[in-house]
Amino acid sequence: MPGMEAKELRVVGFLCNWCSYGGADTAGVSRFKQPTDLRIIRVPCSGRVDPLFVVKAFMEGADGVLVSGCHPRDCHYAEGNFYARRRLEVLKRFLPFMGIDPGRFAYTWVSASEGARWQHVVTDFTAQVHALGSRRTFGEGGAGNAGTR
Amino acid sequence: MPVLADIKEAITRELEGLALVIGWGQGYDPVHAVPFFCRSSADIDRLIWNPLCVHNLVSYLPKLKGKKVGILCKGCDSRSIVQLLQEKLIKREEIVIIGIPCRGVVDMNKIQALINGKEVIDCSFTDKTITIKTSEGKQEASLDDVLAAKCLVCQYPTPIIFDHLAGAAFSAQRPAAAVDAEVKEIEGLDIPARLAHWERELDRCIRCYACRNACPLCVCRDHCAADARDPHWFSQRTGVNEKVMWQIMHALHLAGRCTDCGECERACPMNIPIQRIRRKINKEIKELFAYEAGVNPADTPPLYTFKVEEPTIKESEW
Repeated sequence: MPGMEAKELRVVGFLCNWCSYGGADTAGVSRFKQPTDLRIIRVPCSGRVDPLFVVKAFMEGADGVLVSGCHPRDCHYAEGNFYARRRLEVLKRFLPFMGIDPGRFAYTWVSASEGARWQHVVTDFTAQVHALGSRRTFGEGGAGNAGTR
Repeated sequence: MPVLADIKEAITRELEGLALVIGWGQGYDPVHAVPFFCRSSADIDRLIWNPLCVHNLVSYLPKLKGKKVGILCKGCDSRSIVQLLQEKLIKREEIVIIGIPCRGVVDMNKIQALINGKEVIDCSFTDKTITIKTSEGKQEASLDDVLAAKCLVCQYPTPIIFDHLAGAAFSAQRPAAAVDAEVKEIEGLDIPARLAHWERELDRCIRCYACRNACPLCVCRDHCAADARDPHWFSQRTGVNEKVMWQIMHALHLAGRCTDCGECERACPMNIPIQRIRRKINKEIKELFAYEAGVNPADTPPLYTFKVEEPTIKESEW
C-alpha cells in the first residue's frame, strides 16, 4: 500500500453517485484495504465532470486525478457516460501536451457491486502516481511568477 | 474582372436588402486594414481587398443575429461561418456571404519588422511581392516571407460556403502535413520540457482576453466562464498557473469547434503561440472522430454526440 509507507500524495477522485461511489462504498463495507491518498468528490454522473474540473484540480496542486463512472450501457442516466468518455479521452490526450504527465490522469468505469475492482483500480492508480512522485505545477521552482499563489 | 470590382458589384446588388455589409477598409496608414461596416452605397468605394485584410470578420456575426447582414470572407473565415451555422448561433437566411478565394494574408509582426518604425507612405502588392514605401526609402519583400504562418499551411483557400464568389476558386496549394508541424515539435519534447515551454511562453500572458474577444466561436461574451465569480475558475492572481488555466479553458471550450482561423494568436499582444494549443486538440479530434470543424454545415460537433461503441477509444485496462 503506497499511501501507508511513503508520504501521502494528493489524488482527487470524481466518482459518479450511482455506480463508482457505490463501488467505493462496497469496497469499504467489505473492508478491502485501500491506499489513503484518494480524496473523493461525489458527482451526480460522470457526464457532470467538466474536463475543467480535472484541470482545476491539477492547478490547485493535485498529484493525480481519477474519474470513474458507470460502465458504458449501464449509466443511471442512460447516456451521461457516453458523452463523458469522449470528453475525457480528448482531455487525456491533451494534458500531456501541456506538460502534465499522462500517468497522472485516468478515467475508468466501476459499478456499485465491484468492490474488489474498485480496490484494484484505486491501488493501481495510486501506485502509478506514487511512481511519478509529487507534481511540480506551473510556476513552481523559480519559473514565471512563482510565489504569487 | 478584378476581385475588388467583383466584390463591389455583388454588394451593390445586395445592399438594399441588408442592414450592413462587413468588409475591410483602410486603417490609419497604408499598411493597416481595419474592419469596415458598409451601410450605404456611398460606403462601397471605401472597401478594400488585399493581403492586409487579416481579420476574421465572422466574429461579428453572432452579435448581429436578428439582422440581415452581408459579410466578406476568406476561405479560413468561411469555416467559422459553417461552424456557427452547425451550432445554430447564426441563421443562414440572415446572412449573405461574399466569398473571396485567398492567397494568404500578412503577419503584421513581419510587416512591422520590415518597416522598422518608419512612417509608411505607400504599400502595394503584386502576386508574389509586397512593396512598402517609407519615409526612408522603398522596401520590397517576397509575399511568402511576410505571410501569416497559418497561410503558409492553408488548406482551405477558397470559401466552403458563399452566395457570391469574387474571383476564381482554387484548391489548396500548401502541403497538408505542415499544419501539425509545430504540434509535433512539442510532442517531440519530454514532459518536463513541455512544462517549461508553456511556463516560458504563457508567463507573458497578461490575461487581456484578446484571444477570446477575437475568436469567432467564443460566443458567450459577457457570460464567459473566465469572468464568472461563481464558479470562480481562477482568481485575479498573476501567477502563471492562472494563465495556463485560462488558455486550457479556452482550448477546451473550443474542442471540436475550433476552425483554426488563427485569430487568437493574431490578436495576442504578447505574441504567444497559442494556436498550437487549439491545433493539438484539433489533431486529436481528427484522429479520434475523423472530424474537422467547420467544413460541413450538416455535421454535428463530435463532443455533442457519441457512439455506443467507440472503436477509436482505447480505455485503460483496469
